[in-house]
Amino acid sequence: MTPAQALQPIGARTLEVLRSLGRNAFFFAELLKHVPSALYRFYLVVAQIHKIGNYSIVIIAASGLAVGFVLALQMYYALVKYGADESLGLIVNLALVRELGPVVTALLFAGRAGTSLTAEIGLMKAGEQLAAMEMMAIDPRSRVLAPRFVGGIVSMPILAVLFSTIGILGAYVVAVLLIGVDAGSFWSIMQSGVDVFKDVGNGIVKSLMFGIACTFVALYQGFEAKATPEGVAQATTRTVVISSLAVLTLDFLLTALMFSTE
Amino acid sequence: MTRKNIEILVGLFVLVGALCVVFLALQAANLASFKVGRSYTLTASFDNVGGLKVRAPVRSAGVTVGRVADIALDTKTFQGVVSMEIEQRFVFPRDTSAKILTAGLLGDQYVGLEPGGDDKNLAQGDAIRLTQSAVVLENLIGQFLYNKAAEGPPPNAKK
Amino acid sequence: MAADAFVNIEHVTFGYDQQRVILSDVSLRFERGKVTAIMGGSGSGKTTLLRLIGGVYRPQQGRITFDGQPVDPADREGLYRLRRRLGMLFQFGALFTDLTVFENVAFPLREHTNLPESMIRDIVLMKLNAVGLRGAARLRIAEVSGGMARRIALARAIVLDPELIMFDEPFAGLDPISMGVTMNLVRRLNDATGATSLVVSHDVNECFEICDYAYLIAGGRIVGAGTPDELKATDDPEVRQFIRGEMDGPVKFHYPAQPVAEELGVSA
Repeated sequence: MTPAQALQPIGARTLEVLRSLGRNAFFFAELLKHVPSALYRFYLVVAQIHKIGNYSIVIIAASGLAVGFVLALQMYYALVKYGADESLGLIVNLALVRELGPVVTALLFAGRAGTSLTAEIGLMKAGEQLAAMEMMAIDPRSRVLAPRFVGGIVSMPILAVLFSTIGILGAYVVAVLLIGVDAGSFWSIMQSGVDVFKDVGNGIVKSLMFGIACTFVALYQGFEAKATPEGVAQATTRTVVISSLAVLTLDFLLTALMFSTE
Repeated sequence: MTRKNIEILVGLFVLVGALCVVFLALQAANLASFKVGRSYTLTASFDNVGGLKVRAPVRSAGVTVGRVADIALDTKTFQGVVSMEIEQRFVFPRDTSAKILTAGLLGDQYVGLEPGGDDKNLAQGDAIRLTQSAVVLENLIGQFLYNKAAEGPPPNAKK
Repeated sequence: MAADAFVNIEHVTFGYDQQRVILSDVSLRFERGKVTAIMGGSGSGKTTLLRLIGGVYRPQQGRITFDGQPVDPADREGLYRLRRRLGMLFQFGALFTDLTVFENVAFPLREHTNLPESMIRDIVLMKLNAVGLRGAARLRIAEVSGGMARRIALARAIVLDPELIMFDEPFAGLDPISMGVTMNLVRRLNDATGATSLVVSHDVNECFEICDYAYLIAGGRIVGAGTPDELKATDDPEVRQFIRGEMDGPVKFHYPAQPVAEELGVSA
């Protein structure tokens, strides 16, 4: 095989990847274009926030509690060696609000709400529901896709903040009520060390970015899914994988941007 | 599920989210100590500001009276100029001194104000004359070693 | 042939990409107020024709007119105005699974008109009554059978009283009773409303019973056209094979392969 022949599949693959990126970009632009009309029909957005947000509350709350418990335990064992166990509240708070809240919520969101969105859109497309809407002179992007996009973006920060709050409360239960760390120090050291804008605010910004990414990926994969059972199954798997990678990569970039000037 | 019920539940969802943000901001962070009152600006120049950060507290007798707003380098005197926002209700005499202190042994640094006895008070934009720079650990160790060396060997050491 | 063609397809050539040409230089006309059938084997391009008429794709050559207006996918405004005058019945109904039967039929009314809810209710119930499903209005889509789903989809397709109704394989996979019901509805609705109906199907007998004119498409070309009686009496071998359902003819029974003797290693 000549070098040219060997390179050809790589070249073809690269073009494919570029083409896929282009399609992604177009789809994202189309979504944004239809957001105003979705907001105009706000009841559609509200219905989606309900399906995406409210139905995720249980898993987010349960996970937040569990993570809060574990964080408190683990950090205590580490801190008590240096006699710094009174800073437990501060450590747990920062870990949750800056990182674990947004990231873990996003990963859970991708798994629960993301796959549900992908499957729903994929099946609607397979059942010709989107084509039927088009034939009825109703743009499915305004009526079906954009409301879900807005719903996901609104739900994510709320879920992340819920996760962090429950996590902190869970840590309080373990630290103060079970282990016996002083309640006053728990809260006061936390309060003096956590900055509203830098820590809480940046965490919320992160979760907004994650919301945009995860919802977009879920909608795109659903829309592009092949109209067969295997096609939809593959699409939901891709949603979880791509969302998770996107969240972790974005997290690294955003953390470097936001918290490097310390 | 009727539309009305859905709207109520979503409203609840958003409300819970807002409450969580409020909790995080007040109970878990330093928003409560922001005290949005009127403030005036004072400046102080230090040879070394150490690890002082913007938004660090300004305290007098241990009570927080303001925040550090800005830290800049004066290119003429090569001193660090710290601008502080002090709450209107706290006034200090003209001969107040400012020190950069550390909270606890390894805590964050803050500006401590020690009032003098002057009749006139500092006003908006005034500069504090008497300042003491932050303690830099390396200098302290160096000083200690130098002092130790200057003392000479202990009296009963064999030469 | 009478002059009044509601939809006119003139010398249209279309393919989804360069290699596969689905339709080459086809011309059809659908007369106002009549039921016209488009018949052909699977993959012959019948459904593609419906999509071209609805403006989903644009033909590479030729043009399509709808009541005199050209169908232009690029003109979104004009296209949407055109689509409000047509109703399409998809093969499996394409009902919105998250809404009830009533809400499905009411959907076009709620989206395109500002009618008060009381009026919408009346219209929806009337249309459901026309297809015999007024009692099923409160059911969820998951609860209805396949035949019922198609009738609901039909009610939804006619709720805005369209001038053109397109049926994509309306008889496929139905039991005899549902088949009879559907045939009846297609014909009666067409006559009662004065609409133009296009039925895409490969069920020859059913089509012939209800249509006024039929086209037969094979290999991307029109191979036969005429009234049901004309087509039944034709000599054209392709048309005859399709209409009579003969096993072998211009469309071969055997998939292309080596001669049997060669493949099985038997000496002649």
